[in-house]
Amino acid sequence: MYKVLKREKIVPNIHLLVIESDAIYKNAQAGEFVVVRADERGERIPLNLVDWDKNSVSMMFMEIGTSTRKFAALKAGDEIATLVGPLGKPTEMTKGKKILCLGGCYGIGALYPVIRAFKEQDNTVVTAIEARSAYLLYWQEKLKKYSDEFYEITRDGTQGLQGHINDFLQEYLRTNAVDLVYVQGCTYLTYLSSETTRPYGIKTIVGLNPIMVDATGMCGVCRVIINGETKFGCVDGPEFDGHQVDWENLLSRRKIYLKEEVYSLSFYECEKYG
Amino acid sequence: MASKIVPKKTPMRERPPQERVKSFKEVPFGYSPEEAITEAKRCLQCKKPTCIPGCPVEIDIPGFIKFIAEGDFAGSIKCLKEKNVLPAVCGRVCPQEDQCEKLCVLTKKFEPVAVGRLERFAADWEATQGESPIPELPKSTGKRTAVIGAGPGGLTVAGDLSRVGHAVTIFEALHKPGGVLVYGIPEFRLPKSTIYREVDYLIRCGVELKLDFVVGKTATIDQLLKDFDAVYIGTGAGLPWFMNIPGENLNGIYSANEYLTRANLMKAYLFPEYDTPIVRGKRVAVIGGGNVAMDCARTALRLGADEVRIVYRRSRKEMPARDEEIHHGEEEGIIFEFLTLPVKYVGDEYSWVKEMECLRMKLGEPDASGRRRPVPIEGSNYITAVDTAVCAIGQSPNPLIPQTTPDLKIGKWGNIEADEKTGKTSKKGCWAGGDVVRGGATVILAMGDARVAARSIDEYLKTGVW
Ligand SMILES: Cc1cc2nc3c(=O)[nH]c(=O)nc-3n(C[C@H](O)[C@H](O)[C@H](O)COP(=O)(O)OP(=O)(O)OC[C@H]3O[C@@H](n4cnc5c(N)ncnc54)[C@H](O)[C@@H]3O)c2cc1C
Ligand SMILES: Cc1cc2nc3c(=O)[nH]c(=O)nc-3n(C[C@H](O)[C@H](O)[C@H](O)COP(=O)(O)OP(=O)(O)OC[C@H]3O[C@@H](n4cnc5c(N)ncnc54)[C@H](O)[C@@H]3O)c2cc1C
Ligand code: SF4
Ligand code: SF4
Ligand code: FES
Repeated sequence: MYKVLKREKIVPNIHLLVIESDAIYKNAQAGEFVVVRADERGERIPLNLVDWDKNSVSMMFMEIGTSTRKFAALKAGDEIATLVGPLGKPTEMTKGKKILCLGGCYGIGALYPVIRAFKEQDNTVVTAIEARSAYLLYWQEKLKKYSDEFYEITRDGTQGLQGHINDFLQEYLRTNAVDLVYVQGCTYLTYLSSETTRPYGIKTIVGLNPIMVDATGMCGVCRVIINGETKFGCVDGPEFDGHQVDWENLLSRRKIYLKEEVYSLSFYECEKYG
Repeated sequence: MASKIVPKKTPMRERPPQERVKSFKEVPFGYSPEEAITEAKRCLQCKKPTCIPGCPVEIDIPGFIKFIAEGDFAGSIKCLKEKNVLPAVCGRVCPQEDQCEKLCVLTKKFEPVAVGRLERFAADWEATQGESPIPELPKSTGKRTAVIGAGPGGLTVAGDLSRVGHAVTIFEALHKPGGVLVYGIPEFRLPKSTIYREVDYLIRCGVELKLDFVVGKTATIDQLLKDFDAVYIGTGAGLPWFMNIPGENLNGIYSANEYLTRANLMKAYLFPEYDTPIVRGKRVAVIGGGNVAMDCARTALRLGADEVRIVYRRSRKEMPARDEEIHHGEEEGIIFEFLTLPVKYVGDEYSWVKEMECLRMKLGEPDASGRRRPVPIEGSNYITAVDTAVCAIGQSPNPLIPQTTPDLKIGKWGNIEADEKTGKTSKKGCWAGGDVVRGGATVILAMGDARVAARSIDEYLKTGVW
């Protein structure tokens, strides 16, 4: 069992989770993730590492289904059943490049260790975060610390630029030279960003989130098609070149258990609230 | 005593097929004490037992059987445990027909002594007697061994080394110990409680178990070697193979590992009480002909399928699955399609598999394995409806450890190379055995390798000579 040191709602539906661990920090690198399981009956789910130290690891998660609902109900002092990591391949590091980093929903948190690492390697970091509305943006100060330029985008215009991530991307790429684009967040965001940068021919690295179970390369549920070849998201990724991803396949594979997930959540809520 | 040999094994009672396809409860019930004694008395107590060389861990077979014949069940289990830390497991899943029982003298004229069933009986009897007593442990040698993987191999090394006074820590990637015994082999064939009991025994003997620890990620072997004097790699063959045919990434197509892991380790058959879901297909095709395929097919039935087919490219004769499993499958209504090879999956508008295109085969000349090679019959393609397919065509070792341990010599299937007589790898201080060396093999072979390696590790820890 692993002790919860903190669980804090950062913005509506998005929570920070800090769990005690003295093993994971030793090899943890930017871009890697952990697998967590709330209790003995729980599912194993992957979450990006957003930070780590000698005593703990931190994750940022969005509340959606049963598993994340269970995590959202945790408080300091509670315990979770499983915590394993670091998993996946770390972000490929570059030196002295100009990198445009984009994040949305939980990806704003997931961006944090990556831009920190990019900055430490003397890259020029341009950070842009997006949300539907101002009240869903977070961690601006933390991100600014490692960013040379910083942008906020909201669909309703309540903060920063108004529009979608692709509006911003098109505008920025038209007027600026960039070596690499890096994107963290939901599949729609990674997909849209990749399609927007494609005509510019700028390499675009995206963090993918296929369904996982073991996350060590044992089950193959996380398979994604990259450049026509089947890869395992958990060990060959989770970061891939967005221009090579078979998005249609990824989007449909993420829906395999939609029916069961809805059922699971209503079952959980009935059990919990009667 | 040998004057009147009973020609047949004492039968073992089983749950009837109609009842068992609706539940994950174990199929055979095991012997009663009376049945066990009757069966034990069939053994001739040969002076030169031919059965023993058939057992990879060299159990004193007439020895443990004699105790049962005399009603001394405690003596019997003690005798078994001298050579085998997992008798309840081996008694159930060993391919006895190819090992100990194959070499029993009785097989010339009659059915062999039911060695496996008797082994299982003794172990199950012990389980009814409360916590098993811990043997007296020798003084600690101060030497530490890291065992990677809590499968049958890793557990055996841990047991053997702790018994001679070395400290052992097992590092296991998953959240439960047991390896394939827990994530792969279903409850109806091997109740998980039998494994947890054995693991619990090891822990009471002082073995430390670290779950949720992926060697190669959480720490590398070189990092472990800073804290440990020796490392045993028993990580199994967990990388699933796919056929690489069109449509294989459609929804509803599983690897055997995913299907079984969801069902067993994650208990998806109890969804929604347990959170992990599994697709409960109605028309299920399982590709492959081994134990793994049989386990998937029988699991699919229990998850409520109307029709489950085993699709195998050779004939019944070449099927690597155990006879007992095939027989159980047949009784339960599994359909066997031999000499058949899937070549393509077709999806519906939501990317769910709806059809499988197959090709009929015939048997040609023998191949490298000595079995007749299946060759396609031109133009024999046909299409059949499926809503779930499980690919159970084999697996190879996971590359995580080799990728992070450059000085470890790897064979052409990604297997770790180890010396047969000692289990030593190319890297000083590292041993390996079981499926990670052999590719998919058996529980008892993994345990045999582990025994060999444990002896070699003990010697190294005592002498320091590599
Ligand atoms: C490598 C990797 C890293 C990840 N990192 C994070 C992270 O840092 N923070 C985080 O919150 N999530 C992350 N995810 C996604 C996270 O694992 C899932 O959100 C989680 O499994 C959902 O579990 P659940 O039981 O709460 O919801 P479920 O009941 O499993 O899902 C409910 C429904 O929502 C859909 N869904 C799931 N996740 C998302 C999503 N992110 N966006 C849109 N729809 C979704 C599912 O397809 C499903 O239909 C990551 C995934 C991967 C593979
Ligand atoms: C479905 C199925 C049915 C079978 N039926 C039979 C049968 O009836 N009879 C029989 O004799 N054999 C059977 N087998 C084969 C048998 O289970 C294996 O040969 C045996 O389990 C191998 O043991 P092992 O100790 O080498 O490895 P495994 O049992 O594979 O255990 C390896 C362990 O190492 C862990 N691990 C892997 N990588 C790492 C890492 N990097 N760090 C930490 N831990 C790691 C894994 O999680 C796993 O727990 C079956 C196999 C399957 C899949
Ligand atoms: S361990 Fe297996 S091979 Fe050895 S005696 Fe028991 S059943 Fe036979
Ligand atoms: S060979 Fe058969 S009869 Fe002889 S000791 Fe072994 S089990 Fe008994
Ligand atoms: S999650 Fe099982 S192989 Fe990637």
